Formats: sequence, structure tokens, C-alpha cells
Amino acid sequence: MRFAVIVFPGSNCDIDMFHAIKDELGEEVEYVWHDQDSLEGFDAILLPGGFSYGDYLRCGAIARFSNVMKEIIKAAEAGKPVLGVCNGFQILLEAGLLPGAMRRNESLKFICKPVELKIENNETMFSGSYRQDEVITVPIAHGEGNYYCDEETLARLEENNQIVFTYNGENPNGSISNIAGITNEKGNVLGMMPHPERAVDSLLGGADGLKLFQSIVRSWRESNVVKA
Amino acid sequence: MFKVKVYVTLRESVLDPQGVAVKNSLHSLNFSEIEDVRIGKYMELTIEKSERPVEEVVKEACEKLLANTVIEDYRFEIEECVAL
Repeated sequence: MRFAVIVFPGSNCDIDMFHAIKDELGEEVEYVWHDQDSLEGFDAILLPGGFSYGDYLRCGAIARFSNVMKEIIKAAEAGKPVLGVCNGFQILLEAGLLPGAMRRNESLKFICKPVELKIENNETMFSGSYRQDEVITVPIAHGEGNYYCDEETLARLEENNQIVFTYNGENPNGSISNIAGITNEKGNVLGMMPHPERAVDSLLGGADGLKLFQSIVRSWRESNVVKA
Repeated sequence: MFKVKVYVTLRESVLDPQGVAVKNSLHSLNFSEIEDVRIGKYMELTIEKSERPVEEVVKEACEKLLANTVIEDYRFEIEECVAL
């Protein structure tokens, strides 16, 4: 399986993402600069964390109009897995690939620490290797992760099982309904504030994030590898 | 030439954590008469000339990029001025 890690000016989790895929997951991965106009040959698209365009105007607002975004929107429409982590999530929200918006953390502080997440839906292509209701530990690192959507949108997210991860116990940022990660209606675009790519090796404090990437590969194999 | 002043603020229904922090700070300085604070952004646009009505251009820019209408409201003032 071939993964693309999109690199925007100001991305800073791209190398962690690359490492997670290449060294821990053991799949093919390439960096793709934001001005590229093709994503041909990639099976999955990863938007890493960081501060694209210095978070100017709003987080993700300027990156959303990068050249490569047209291709990401096409890939999402074609049903390919698209994962946005942290700033990647913010970009997907600004692009309208996911509903809602991000506000400053309720505490106004940048929070960087491991948090507990609960798997609310293990039937997505990103969470199939977890158990339903499993509690995992993954780090967060953000100043604007306070997810917001109106009541109507929230009801729709709940009804379609689009909420994949919630904060377990303490809500670190004030996010509505403890939301940490959501998919689009089709289930092939996931945005999440926690960093699974920083939790892929027990040497770094835990490997609970690795199953997310394994889920993507498993789901891809189920539909793409011809059974002998 | 046109000077456009654009104001972007969080919607009334969306909690503004910065505004709350500033309000609390004002209260601790005894500005008890200040009941509420909302923090927003102020932008100045310069338009030399435009084929389309200026209002239409600014509105589109606000909707597309300058404001995120999921959580923000915008308003603007257009001033026509003589270029120096």
C-alpha cells in the first residue's frame, strides 16, 4: 500500500508520520509538497500536524487553498482513505471535507500531553483493528482543538456513527460532546486532534496509535488484494 | 480607489474564550460596568479598481477565506477615496 504525506509550509509532524508508515507499519510512503498537482498512484493520503502558513488568519485556512487540495478532494470523493491529524484535521474542516470548525482551547493554553481516547466506532476503515469502546492513550499537542458544530450537525454525526474517538474522562480542550475525531458521512475521511503517529513505538511511551494505520492497511487489503 | 474595513467576530452563539478571559481581567481592574467582551479581527483591504461591484467582491472574499461562517460573522464598510 502506498501512502502520501502532504507537506505544507509549516508542517512539522510530517517526519513522524513518514517514520510511522515506513518503519513501524512497514508500508510505502512518500512526501508530497503542497504545490503538486497529482496524487496518482497513492492509496491513502495523510495530512500531518504542524502550523501550516503559520496558522495565519485561521488554522488551516490558507493551506486549504493549496494546489494539492484539489487532488485531495478528488481522492476523498473517490473513496480513498484521507487522514488529517491536528493541523491536518483543521485543514479538512476549512476545506469542508468534514463538518464543523475549530475554536481556541477553552483554557486558552497550548496543551501537550498523553490523553485517553475511547473508540466510539470500530467499524470504520481507520478503527477496525481496535475493539469497540476500547480505551487507548495517544498524545495531543494543540492550542486550537476545541471542536464546534451546531446541534443539527452533531445529531447527524451521532446518527451516522461519524464520531470515532472521544476524550475519555477529562475533556482537555472544551470540544463539543468530547469529540476527538470524526469521519465524513462516507467514512473515508478522518480528522482527529490526537497524534497517532507519535504513539507507534513503546520506546516513545506507547504504541496505541499504530493500530489506526494497521486498520487502514487491513481495510485496503480487504477491498484491493485479489484473493489467490 | 476603495478602502474596505472588514470585521470578523465569533458568532453570538459561539463561546469566545479570549473575550471571557479579557472580561474577567477588566473586572479585576474594577471595570465592573463592562458587561461583555468579544474579540475579533480587523482587516483593511485596498481595491484599486474592479470590474465587478466592490461589495460583491468583498462579500465573496469574506465567504471564501476571510471568515469561517461556521463559527464567525463578518461585516464590512467600503470607503471610496481618491488615490494620492
